[in-house]
Amino acid sequence: MITKAARIDRRSFIIGTATVGGGLALGLNLPLGGSVVRAQDGSPEITAWVVIRPDDTVVIRVARSEMGQGTITGLAQMVAEELECDWSKVSTEYPTPGQSVARKRVWGDFSTGGSRGIRDSHQYVREGGATARVMLVQAAANAWGVPASECSAANSVITHRPSGRTTTYGKVAEAAAKLTPPAKVPLKDPKEWKLIGKPVKRLDTLPKVTGAQVYGFDLKLPGMLNAAIKDCPVFGGKVKSVEAAKVTAMPGVRHVVRVGDSAVAVVADTWWQAKTALDALPVVWDEGPNAKVSSAAIADMLKAGLDADQAFVANQNGDVKAAIAGAQKKVEAVYGYPFQNHAPMEPMNATAKYTPDRCEVWVPTQNGEAAFAATLAASGLPADKCEVYKINLGGGFGRRGAFHDYVTQAVLIAKQIPGTPVKLLWTREEDMLHGRYHPVMQCKLVGALDASNNLTGLHMRLSGQSILSVVRPEALQQGRDPLVFQGLNPGGDFAIGYTVPNLLIDHAMRNTHVPPGFWRGVNINQNAIFLECFMDELAHAAGQDPLEFRRKLMAKHPKHLAVLNAVADRAGWGKPAPPGVYRGLAQMHSFASYVAGCAEISVKDGNKVKIHRIVAATDCGYAVNPAQIERQIAGSFVYGLSALFMEECTVKDGHIEQTNFNTYDSMRIAQMPKVESIVMPSGGFWGGVGEPTICVAAPAVLNAFFAATGKRIRTVPLKNHGITLV
Amino acid sequence: MARLTINGRSIEMNVDPGMPLLWAIREQAGLTGTKYGCGIAQCGSCTVHIDGAAIRSCVMPVSAAVGKQVTTIEGLASGGVLHKVQKAWVEYEVPQCGYCQTGMIMAVAALLKDKPKPTDADIDATITNICRCGTFQQVREAIHAAAKA
Repeated sequence: MITKAARIDRRSFIIGTATVGGGLALGLNLPLGGSVVRAQDGSPEITAWVVIRPDDTVVIRVARSEMGQGTITGLAQMVAEELECDWSKVSTEYPTPGQSVARKRVWGDFSTGGSRGIRDSHQYVREGGATARVMLVQAAANAWGVPASECSAANSVITHRPSGRTTTYGKVAEAAAKLTPPAKVPLKDPKEWKLIGKPVKRLDTLPKVTGAQVYGFDLKLPGMLNAAIKDCPVFGGKVKSVEAAKVTAMPGVRHVVRVGDSAVAVVADTWWQAKTALDALPVVWDEGPNAKVSSAAIADMLKAGLDADQAFVANQNGDVKAAIAGAQKKVEAVYGYPFQNHAPMEPMNATAKYTPDRCEVWVPTQNGEAAFAATLAASGLPADKCEVYKINLGGGFGRRGAFHDYVTQAVLIAKQIPGTPVKLLWTREEDMLHGRYHPVMQCKLVGALDASNNLTGLHMRLSGQSILSVVRPEALQQGRDPLVFQGLNPGGDFAIGYTVPNLLIDHAMRNTHVPPGFWRGVNINQNAIFLECFMDELAHAAGQDPLEFRRKLMAKHPKHLAVLNAVADRAGWGKPAPPGVYRGLAQMHSFASYVAGCAEISVKDGNKVKIHRIVAATDCGYAVNPAQIERQIAGSFVYGLSALFMEECTVKDGHIEQTNFNTYDSMRIAQMPKVESIVMPSGGFWGGVGEPTICVAAPAVLNAFFAATGKRIRTVPLKNHGITLV
Repeated sequence: MARLTINGRSIEMNVDPGMPLLWAIREQAGLTGTKYGCGIAQCGSCTVHIDGAAIRSCVMPVSAAVGKQVTTIEGLASGGVLHKVQKAWVEYEVPQCGYCQTGMIMAVAALLKDKPKPTDADIDATITNICRCGTFQQVREAIHAAAKA
């Protein structure tokens, strides 16, 4: 239950930060006597997803987080499609996790990762819109004394067809909100969609070009102090001692505080003062048991897993050992994938205000409920005394979903200064040293070809980290991490696209002290390289065209094959490329979408790669906003190609060596290839968009590199091979 | 103590003159459209104009901006009308998360001032801002559109 005092606090906050993106303005006045739930401005809520104001403007609630992927626009389209409202009058706002808990999770899951914003909530958000429409039409029919079946709604106008009378949503909203919602509402057939499938403009562009958009980094609260933090550079280490007296007299410094047992923070009037003092603060670390771990030691551990007897099996048919033993030709290769940092442009941050009676947190998060849980745990307060206000993210890519270490830190700092809001900002250096890194993985592949050069057997042995074993051990299946096998499973949302008569795909779990995390694309990034580059190796060993070799194995995988064929056709596979230009292919099933890519590259001096064009196809089942899908595809290649060419976090003396963009580079516009997107939704399922295509970037380019040079590169990043992207 | 002119407004601030201009803009002038991304002039999120030229404010000391005209993203539009780069950014829906885009827009506005009709090579040589969402394809389209506007 939300207290009156809390409402007043929230209202004063809203007035002060009216431009906070995505809207923190949702305040609920729970029913007092009547049954109408009201938004902060008093407008009635028709369903949990829809508020209609008297001026006919529509507020659509979005539980998922906007981090650039366009989800607030796409999800609003889904609600508006069924609501039949005037799209030009739609705005969105975030419900808060505290309100969600108080209302029995009426908005469902807040988690915004795994490309699931739309694909996991399409049903209930459309129902939320449809239910509201039925109630609004019923309210109009009641007012007119006519059957609702004689009325229809379009563009926020309700028409009584026999008489031609009309009214608007804003006029009947009060009455509609008092009606009992229908138990079941039919949804439109996709063929009737008018808004879903249209490339409507994003709802959140303007404040992003004027500087008005407030990110977590930009938040200002009355009386707020600013904190800079340093956590022990070695994971698992602790603070041994701090000489706070050396900096307490520096300008603006208010507090020097311990944060848990591993970090220290300076709190000052401004963040620059806090950071300056922190830089001058003598800290001695107890680096703990991992202080000697190196990248080489980790690589050796993974290498040992490649031939270990014990491994978790994901996909198995036939007798792969016999097939390999009986092979006419055996092909073998070992691949490797490094740690990588998410490096969103906005470093980690959170703002917290704590009193013994209430703890509030303002944070850019991919999962409001997880941020809420972190707030409860760190504050020690119950759910009805905590609240989290989500702020649009300056990038997420998985870093801000399962992990809320920065929320924990902000609350632990604020607890030591009760009543004062404290904004904690990480430096880029802190962000680089304290990531939740793309897991390290090696893979040994052995393929068996028969006398006719048919692939008769394939063994893929993965060796490396399990994200779930660290993040959600309860999700392991008898110790097995099912997420490791993304893109390699016999079925589901990450199904392998090839039929091999004797197949074994297994994983030797080898965890490190460097914490792994979900990183845009997650495990399919390395799996796509392993599988799709090795398919090229097999095709080469068989003396066959890589496309034809694949096609023979894909007869039972028509959707995989369709996207592969689409990129091959568009790129002109089999026809001569321009002089000096070479092509490479890859396809995967990724977050329920079928994706393929064809890269066209040229290579100068054997090591300077120019990517001229990437043709990318996705079959995401239903395409809610094709313009945003194209942007996600193009953007995924920037992330994926940066990872392929430039990005590796190495470990020395237990800590990550790369500290900023000068040692952890990212692609620039000069290196950007032309991306041609083919959005080819085949219907009948809902696939993701934000992540799926990233995985084909690297293998398509690596296969093109082989075509151009005859060199097979099996470890990432390419900078380690002296290969640069120009 | 330093007196800066930001978006035509004169502001006196009691700061260490060695402090980066970025933090004077954000924490003294209160203009948060200019972003911190790296602090070492790698990413360009902090790009502002000094006397019309694009600079990365995270490594420029406040003292170097004294007596000069500092323009931030908040000062790019004039008289409530968006700058042609901002207009093109809206038209082509360039921003994704948007965090780097204010710096990107400032860099592009300076480029168009120097080269009203930039070639792709001009763009490649001049616009070196990092965007992790990967908006470059739309950035390029929007630059050419703004140049024609």
